[in-house]
Amino acid sequence: MTKGRITGILSNLLQIEVNDTVRQNEICFVLKGEQRLMAEVIKITGNIAFAQLFEAGSGLQAGDEVEFSGDLLEVSLGPGLLSKNFDGLQNDLEAMPGNFINAGQRSAALNLEDEYAFTPLSEIGAKLKAGDIIGEVPENALSHKIMLPFKFEGENELIEIAAPGNYKLRDTIAKVKNEKGEVFELTMVQKWPVKWPIKTYQQKFRPSEIFQTGLRVIDTLNPIAEGGTAYIPGAFGTGKTVLQQAIAKNNRAEVVILVACGERANEVVEIFHSFPELEDLATGRKLKDKTTIVCNTSNMPVAAREASVYVGMTMAEYYRAMGYKVLLLADSTSRWAQALREMSNRMEELPGTDAFPVELPAVIANFYGRAGKVQMPDGRNGSVTFLGTVSPAGGNFKEPVTESTSKVARCFYALSQKRADAKRYPAIDPLLSYSRYLDYEEFQAFTEEQIEKGWTDKVLKAKNILAKGIEARDQISILGDDSVPLDYHRDFWKSELIDFAFIQQDSFDDTDMNSSIERQSFMLNRVLQICDREQEFDDFSEVSSFYKKLINLFKQMNYSDFDSDDFQKFNQELDSVFSTNLQNTEA
Amino acid sequence: MIASAFQPIYTQIKALTKATCTLEAGGVQYDELAWVDGRSAQVIRVEGKNVTLQIFSGTEGLGTNAQVVFSGKAPHLTLSPLLAGRYFNAFGKAIDGRDEVQGDERDVKGQTVNPVRRQLPSELLATGIAGIDLNNTLVTGQKIPFFADPDQPYNRILAEVALRADSDRIVLGGMGISHDDFLMFQQKFEASGAGDKIVSYINTSEDPPLERLLIPDLVCTTAEYFAVERQEKVLVLLTDMTLYADALAIVSNKMDQIPSKDAMPGSLYSDLARIYEKAVQFKEGGSITIVAVTTLNDGDITHAIPDNTGYITEGQLYLKKDPETGLTIIDPFRSLSRLKQNVIGTKTREDHPQVMNALVRLYADASEARSKKENGFDLNEYDLRVLKFAEAYTRELLDVQLNIGTDEMLDRGWRLMSRYFEVFELGIRQNLIDKYWPEKTA
Ligand SMILES: Nc1ncnc2c1ncn2[C@@H]1O[C@H](COP(=O)(O)OP(=O)(O)O)[C@@H](O)[C@H]1O
Ligand SMILES: [Mg+2]
Repeated sequence: MTKGRITGILSNLLQIEVNDTVRQNEICFVLKGEQRLMAEVIKITGNIAFAQLFEAGSGLQAGDEVEFSGDLLEVSLGPGLLSKNFDGLQNDLEAMPGNFINAGQRSAALNLEDEYAFTPLSEIGAKLKAGDIIGEVPENALSHKIMLPFKFEGENELIEIAAPGNYKLRDTIAKVKNEKGEVFELTMVQKWPVKWPIKTYQQKFRPSEIFQTGLRVIDTLNPIAEGGTAYIPGAFGTGKTVLQQAIAKNNRAEVVILVACGERANEVVEIFHSFPELEDLATGRKLKDKTTIVCNTSNMPVAAREASVYVGMTMAEYYRAMGYKVLLLADSTSRWAQALREMSNRMEELPGTDAFPVELPAVIANFYGRAGKVQMPDGRNGSVTFLGTVSPAGGNFKEPVTESTSKVARCFYALSQKRADAKRYPAIDPLLSYSRYLDYEEFQAFTEEQIEKGWTDKVLKAKNILAKGIEARDQISILGDDSVPLDYHRDFWKSELIDFAFIQQDSFDDTDMNSSIERQSFMLNRVLQICDREQEFDDFSEVSSFYKKLINLFKQMNYSDFDSDDFQKFNQELDSVFSTNLQNTEA
Repeated sequence: MIASAFQPIYTQIKALTKATCTLEAGGVQYDELAWVDGRSAQVIRVEGKNVTLQIFSGTEGLGTNAQVVFSGKAPHLTLSPLLAGRYFNAFGKAIDGRDEVQGDERDVKGQTVNPVRRQLPSELLATGIAGIDLNNTLVTGQKIPFFADPDQPYNRILAEVALRADSDRIVLGGMGISHDDFLMFQQKFEASGAGDKIVSYINTSEDPPLERLLIPDLVCTTAEYFAVERQEKVLVLLTDMTLYADALAIVSNKMDQIPSKDAMPGSLYSDLARIYEKAVQFKEGGSITIVAVTTLNDGDITHAIPDNTGYITEGQLYLKKDPETGLTIIDPFRSLSRLKQNVIGTKTREDHPQVMNALVRLYADASEARSKKENGFDLNEYDLRVLKFAEAYTRELLDVQLNIGTDEMLDRGWRLMSRYFEVFELGIRQNLIDKYWPEKTA
């Protein structure tokens, strides 16, 4: 085993003189009394390895001893990942004693003492490839597939398999013989380096089905597809986290992995607090059952921020390989980019724009590229849908992280400061934002079949009304209320109607927070129908009070359960607003 | 500080900058404190045999033969209940003319709270100010700064808020504050009769700027001591964090680090987060709430200091002068309390969220009307109404001088709405209208 000694320290960057070979990205440990502090090699020149320390490292000295592990940063994959709260290096936070985390403190990712009920699903003599299913165990609502570990190459013959029964994670459940005749014992756990995509699938599809989030402005106006990617940039306070958490609550995925990357601890505490209670719309069980949290908050070691997003992605790919529909959320990807920047600056590398490392766009592209809907060789499908938030400095989208992400993510949910100031939540800018999936023929075909005929046209129509309304608003503000034709006011208020009745949604209201696709299509039709109806006005102030009455009724509908009596009542009142309008103008 | 017999004295400095010196030394620990000709210094880089020290009071007049002595220890602090009522400098030394405090010595770097051991902060912290309690409700365990234009009386308001909020202990960290403001804090604390629950660490504008860098760690270590070991409800005041960040920039600049936006170090976010994330609600009952001040240049909240702060803290209270009335208010637009959701409508009256949002939306309409007016357009009937409303809202609720209870704030809000608007203009839930809409007074 390679050993070394610290020769330089600059914050969390260590210089280590080594006595033997080291690998790029190899994990090493600084020995400090009883503590073993974890670090990752990020550069090697001659016999000096540069390593980023994953933990708080006060008290280190030149001369301190370092041990190299030979391994890259790896995660443990096996039953029991769900419902867990991990730190950025996959330590189980619940398993760590005390209120504070000590440097060098570690805990196993999985419960090695728990027993799982194993059912074999393969037969002796079967020729297995990496990722092929050997057996299964129940995990919360899922059947957790035990697969031939991803590190295996070629065909491997199953020569022994355990009988159905209860086993611990480290018990041998099968033996395989590879093409060279070497025999390996398998357990229910495997390890995998987080920076390497898990590629046991046969093909990756072009996303074509909607991934429901319960948010009208997303599902209807800017839908994300299953296996698709999206990014949410916005200045602080514009609603990135609330939006992601709303999606985490209202989705219909089978597995959700939430990565809290360099953000506030209390936001994660909110999830710890609510997810054991909240109901999963897909199964009726508790949300916690399908959720795994990876949490490296802003005060936790900076270098582990990068690790945290990869740990999350690797676990997501693992469940995808079993054939599940996985949602991965990361808040915020900018913190990860900043961690890269801090380190690159300490290494005195030539900086790119805003002092970010020059490889940033490539790093981001590779990461987003790991999402997708795939098919395994045996025909089962799985997907990783990924949404990342971006925290641009000063709320200005012309900065490296936002720009690099825009090139790879297919949906763009631009949060607007102005909307947030006016409490028009979610503050997604209706004109700037887009979903590329709306243009996919396969996606359009899906909505025509699953939502309703002519759906895409209706969505585009709503977007046109919005665009026209904003133009009208600009004209009114340039020319003045009186100097524009009444039509301008009408166009403007139609767009306000769509904004208030459809785009705005209260994530803190039990009813409004989630809208099913059926309900969304009902509301969209109703709004469009009203926009199409004949309206007569004498002056512009009549236009605004007419639409305000409609908006008020739509809001009351949004606050009422779909098809409840109240909902029906408010819906009917919409029509009476019209009859009074027509009477007034006729009279 | 006198070197003990065992500590080697180094006298060959190889390099000096305005803030640092470099020399060859062995067995030195990262973060360790040292003295260079009696000036306090700290190890900020080790490279081979070379050690770089940051000298807090600057290097003016230091010779290459200055005497360097290492302390063998990272910064630490003596902790004891006797800290209460006392004033200290950035090295934790008494500046109130009284004896040094005896007690346990503790490393000030501290550790991270395990997120799963945090409790959801959900205990209301009332201040009597509607810009806070109504629009941006605070809870214990929250971290929030005032974003203040430099001409605003932010330190006075900070002291006022601190004394009105319910707490067992107040820990004040003054960084580059004026001597006058230091005396103002002292007088207010003494006059309130709460002086003996307050611990202060003070670096004024007359002290060396780099010494400021030590203040937050002393403050947070003290706060953690009272919150963890004595289960107290601790309120931390940090002012002015902008001057703290400026000091960070000086050091990183002297270290030849590549600056990111606004000449700030690339690590600014992490540096500030390490401090602010000390805010916590423990399950055992103790808590740390942080209220800070970040002064702005020209009201620019996109500058790297307020910007990074806003990304870290649980909201911000934007203190400014209302141009129409001349009153100091907490701006309803850019201000935010991210933890208000944990209490409003549950620990406060059910109508709180909707009333608050409706009032701010109307205030936003008023601001549109105002810009219409500024651009020389005629105002319509609605514009005129919202403008009247906005002025009344400012005078009857937003004025920071007011001190009223939350129910009264909500009642005033309903009265304002009914004075100027019809129900359908508000979009408030019908069941709340049925219950709270006041009869129109003729
Ligand atoms: N959809 C929403 N509905 C109601 N309030 C919201 C919504 N989104 C954001 N907010 C308000 O804005 C605050 C900041 O939102 P958050 O998501 O934390 O912002 P960001 O992550 O962009 O900094 C929240 O605490 C909440 O008060
Ligand atoms: Mg956020």
